Amino acid sequence: MTAGPSSRAALQARLEEAFADRTPVAVATIVRGEPLGAKLLILPDETMGGLGNPALDSAVEADARALLDDEKSETRPYSLPGRDEPVEVFIEAYPPPPTLLIFGAVHVAQPLSHFAKALGFDVIISDARAKLANRERFPDADQIILAWPDETLEQVEVRPNTYVAILSHDPKFDEPALVGTLETRAAYIGAIGSRKTNEDRRRRLAEAGMSPEQVARLRAPIGLDIGAATPEEMAISILGEIIALRRGRTGGSLTHATGNIRGEREPAKAAR
Amino acid sequence: MKDVLPEVDAWRNAGNQVAIATVVKVEGSAPRPVGATMAVSSAGDLAGSVSGGCVETAVFEEAQEVLRTGQPKLIRYGISDEMAWDVGLACGGTIEVFVEPVTE
Repeated sequence: MTAGPSSRAALQARLEEAFADRTPVAVATIVRGEPLGAKLLILPDETMGGLGNPALDSAVEADARALLDDEKSETRPYSLPGRDEPVEVFIEAYPPPPTLLIFGAVHVAQPLSHFAKALGFDVIISDARAKLANRERFPDADQIILAWPDETLEQVEVRPNTYVAILSHDPKFDEPALVGTLETRAAYIGAIGSRKTNEDRRRRLAEAGMSPEQVARLRAPIGLDIGAATPEEMAISILGEIIALRRGRTGGSLTHATGNIRGEREPAKAAR
Repeated sequence: MKDVLPEVDAWRNAGNQVAIATVVKVEGSAPRPVGATMAVSSAGDLAGSVSGGCVETAVFEEAQEVLRTGQPKLIRYGISDEMAWDVGLACGGTIEVFVEPVTE
């Protein structure tokens, strides 16, 4: 269903509303050709505004939905009958933000929560210990769930753009968090611990009936190999690994790399 | 524009006009990707970026012009040539920046 032309202020208000309630939304703008600056908002079940031509609106709407799925923005040319030059439309996709689900409200979780917010993640903290999982320690987390991992997983929808960091360092929290998330479509599951801890952990998961493919999804010890020693450095190491995964890279120094410096967003398709 | 939204809202609430500049096309190597935005207010505030600092001041001036006229504008920046005062990208790429007022 397409609404008629809407005021710029109404479009802006609707866009900000979509951001606030995590609705996927795309904005299409004519950036070359007339009417320059005309906008079409593409929402899950409707569109708003218009580019001055119904055929153009439908073509752009279809492309915008595909770009939203691929989490990509781009300018595309559209030829219109009776016009010599194609119009160019910039389609900006705003998929819902990724979520970082942290099990274990430990020291490392504090800088991790803070840095992840700066990177645009929604952050959820889960821990059964009120002394650790509280607003004073996690002022900018979106949600603090005071519960055991299995109870948390009943409340949280794990999606293909959910990233899981298991930091509790305690098998009685770790194991249910691992078992519960390895079965989901989470994009990333990492767990803290020594190499020895992780050997034991992988063995126990196999004994608990997890398939080799499921166990192989586990990133443990969690993080990139940058020699992280402090909680802040470990948070960077973990987020480095998550960014690399999102952009289809493995990490390492650009000095020794070739090709594009900037990675493309890897669609979360592998996990779908 | 999501990343500059807090500033955009604050400036508008303070009664200022706001223009947004967005990287809509990148050819070759460029410091910021498609979708990078910079917001500019009629009071002279600036937030975000469209390059690594190479064209921000030029875009700022264009944005002031857009706020005066109310007309959006597409600007192309390429490699800066030998003339030191010319505005361009040092890294060899070309970007197109669309500058528009946030509300009419």
